[in-house]
Amino acid sequence: MVVSVSVSVNGQPYKDQLEPRLLLVHYLRDHLGLTGTKIACDTSQCGACTVLLDGVAVKSCTCLAVQADGAAVTTIEGLAAPGTLHPIQEAFWNKHGLQCGFCTPGMVFATHELLRQNPNPSADAIRHGLEGNLCRCTGYQNIVRAVQTAAAAMGGRR
Amino acid sequence: MSARIFGSAIRRREDPRLLTGTGTFTDDISLPGMVYAAMLRSPHAHARIKRIDTTRAKGAPGVLAVYTGADTAGVLKPMPCAWLIPNSNLKVAEYPVMARDVVHYVGDVVAVVVAKTAYQAFDAVEQIDVDYTPLDAVVDPQKAAASGAVQLHESAPGNVAFHWTVAGGDTDAAFKKADVVVKDRIVQQRLIPTAMETRSAVAQWTAASGELTLWNTTQNPHIVRFIGSIVTGVPEDKLRVVAPEVGGGFGSKIPQYPGEFLTAFAAMKLNRPVKWTETRSENFVATTHGRDHVQEVEMAGTRDGRITGVRATVWAGMGAYLSAAAPGIPTILHGLMLSGPYQIPAVHEDVYGMYTNTTPVEAYRGAGRPEATYMLERLIDRFAQAVGKDPVEVRRTNLIPPFTNGHTVSTGLAYDSGNYSAALDKALSHIGYPALRKEQETLRKQGRYLGIGVTTYVEICGLGPSQVAGAVGFQGGLWESAIVRFHPSGKVNVFIGTKPHGQGEETTFAQIVSDELGVDVNDIKVVHGDTDKTPMGWGTYGSRTTAVGGAALVLAVRKIKDKAKALAAHLLEASVEDMDYADGRFFVKGAPAKAKTIQDIALMANVAWNMPAGMEAGLEASSFYDPPNFVYPFGAHVAVVEVEPDTGRVVLKRYVAVDDCGPQINPMIVEGQVHGGVVQGIGQALWEEAVYDDRGQLLTGSLMDYAIPRADLLPDIEVLSTVTPSPHHPLGVKGIGEAGTIASTCTVYNAVIDALRPLGVNEVPMPLKPERVWHAVRAARKGA
Repeated sequence: MVVSVSVSVNGQPYKDQLEPRLLLVHYLRDHLGLTGTKIACDTSQCGACTVLLDGVAVKSCTCLAVQADGAAVTTIEGLAAPGTLHPIQEAFWNKHGLQCGFCTPGMVFATHELLRQNPNPSADAIRHGLEGNLCRCTGYQNIVRAVQTAAAAMGGRR
Repeated sequence: MSARIFGSAIRRREDPRLLTGTGTFTDDISLPGMVYAAMLRSPHAHARIKRIDTTRAKGAPGVLAVYTGADTAGVLKPMPCAWLIPNSNLKVAEYPVMARDVVHYVGDVVAVVVAKTAYQAFDAVEQIDVDYTPLDAVVDPQKAAASGAVQLHESAPGNVAFHWTVAGGDTDAAFKKADVVVKDRIVQQRLIPTAMETRSAVAQWTAASGELTLWNTTQNPHIVRFIGSIVTGVPEDKLRVVAPEVGGGFGSKIPQYPGEFLTAFAAMKLNRPVKWTETRSENFVATTHGRDHVQEVEMAGTRDGRITGVRATVWAGMGAYLSAAAPGIPTILHGLMLSGPYQIPAVHEDVYGMYTNTTPVEAYRGAGRPEATYMLERLIDRFAQAVGKDPVEVRRTNLIPPFTNGHTVSTGLAYDSGNYSAALDKALSHIGYPALRKEQETLRKQGRYLGIGVTTYVEICGLGPSQVAGAVGFQGGLWESAIVRFHPSGKVNVFIGTKPHGQGEETTFAQIVSDELGVDVNDIKVVHGDTDKTPMGWGTYGSRTTAVGGAALVLAVRKIKDKAKALAAHLLEASVEDMDYADGRFFVKGAPAKAKTIQDIALMANVAWNMPAGMEAGLEASSFYDPPNFVYPFGAHVAVVEVEPDTGRVVLKRYVAVDDCGPQINPMIVEGQVHGGVVQGIGQALWEEAVYDDRGQLLTGSLMDYAIPRADLLPDIEVLSTVTPSPHHPLGVKGIGEAGTIASTCTVYNAVIDALRPLGVNEVPMPLKPERVWHAVRAARKGA
């Protein structure tokens, strides 16, 4: 059994016949070749697969591709124009907010969501805001600095 | 002259691709015609396989093949153990790539399915019928040593994989004469490394030429090729191993695993590319674990606080089979560090490596040194309490005085350089130690329990001299190599044998080249991780990439500099002796205006229109560096915690790390390594624990159950440093990847015990979860 799904990903429209059980993350990675979105757990604990669904951060391993029917998805490949960086990406670079980089796409979108909800978060609010995303390399400290830097660069814009 | 690039906190050159999702990790690779493998793993910790029926699986949609141990027997060799420690009666039990008759742990591979899609492969795995006869299991390394314990391997009677001993000085006399003896029984709980990227492999076989390419998640692709050629039979020259981006390893991606070679086997049988990627649940049981020691330890000393001896017996869990480097970890990397940064005249340790029905244990960040540091730091706090002195004072009394070029300790190691008291002073002065002790007193009167933990540590890394590696049974060398190649335009490629996977050497190694030759770091690309492109090297672990690989690189660069100087002399019609160099320019002494830049030289060397007689064309050099000694980073850490006795909750209030890794190439990256390392060690102290039930089922088999540190649970780590160069390293640098982890577990633990001491609590089993702390407080209150 297949279901017809229409979805816009990074501004590009797609129409596919998909198995209903297909997870959004597998659709993005295996069908569309957008491998920037990572898979690091089976249980929605790690947040590596976080993307934007109609502008809101979701863990794409907890979402079926069919649930994205009619929606707009933004993945890490589409957050900024090729050759440019979004202020959040720039801040992670400036503050050494990544080491192996595997959790980074998810962290960037978790930050995006955090700043959407609270454009000027305190360090404590950042630490709580990121508790759904795991990083094993950085100890989170430079991620917190990166989020503060991004918040300042974005000047309270959502 | 601009600021020196060596020592500059420049942004990392690897980051833009990682930030934009354009870096390629193994699971991101897709090849034309690629199919997918999934593993059936044993659900039993110990069982006899009566029958495997693959009929249903073979008929499932999309399935191309199902393989069992009967298919791989005689085709794939068993997994070799690569650290055969001598004088230890080592018993290497056969570690088959797939179990045929008996499974020895939950996670042992029993069958492999290959299907057109990953979903189909997972579905078909469920269709394999296996009849098992469950057997008794043993999971605790000390219990495995008991008489009557279930036996894992006929070849290892009593489940003993090895018994290794280290001794220096007269320990018996030290304990006989001691004023004070303190004892402890420590359980260094088993940990699960949990790199964010699970393991993965993609194999491509070209039957016509007999060539195999294996992309996989490894910290050491050249070792995978070496071992892979043994296991698969593909000759080394036809086996290309590529480690693309690797998403963390922490030791768990050092060893080779059956999964990679089974993926290769399937690709060769089916003659098409095959991909296999672990699920996280699979990672928890199938990727190596760390620590797992039971330690019975004692310390002897004088009434005035001088330590005279340390004695220990350690039962180190090895898991069901010996993983590649496993025997060296609780022995060479642990026992030899028994006296730490202290002057301890007599030490003795017996280490029993024990087979248990659990996932194999390997290196995990720190690998042996955290277990040694913890042992020593726990004992010192107990000893300080016994002699009625401040734990800081006892440490000061016993620290090795500063030395710049060698100090031999009672285990026989010759530390390179150290100034331990300077690091301790800096940490204590930063945190305001005397004031903190006063605050602790004040708060206690208010019923609040503040605790302070202080650690001084030294660790052994930069592995290491190959002659020593051979002497201690490591089945390889431990040198590194580098190739530096200047292109006609003056841009540079650096090829290295190590495999950075988050540590930032694409940046720091470019800084080394830039510092020596004045080339802009943005004109230098560091290439790593592909055995067809890079020179042989032994990989990234044991904080050795910069300590050993960085030395190889700087020596290659200096060869280039010598050649460039000779060529510049020729072009300027001067003699080499009259030449000078500054900021990427070669000129005759006293005449800096008329200079040849390194780019001029690179162009001329490559076009070779005007070379001195006898000089080869090209501007390229390679170097092999075999270190004369290990390096010994050190430092002092202080933790401040508050414990709530009524809830058992531990709040980490401050954490100060002073580490000395010699001169820092990029302080931003050093700080990042310390942050991550410290937090992993805090994880062990407070949250992380692999729990098996008595039947060998892993109860903490997901990220819901195994608690790695989260952002909201941590304070900022206050990072400071001192700088004591290594006397034998060409740049004076030491490693920093593991230091934080080595020091932080005992620092936090000691802080919690310090907080609880007025309540009569002297120990709580790690990790210090609220429930355990609460029980310990309650038991102490009842006792009182």
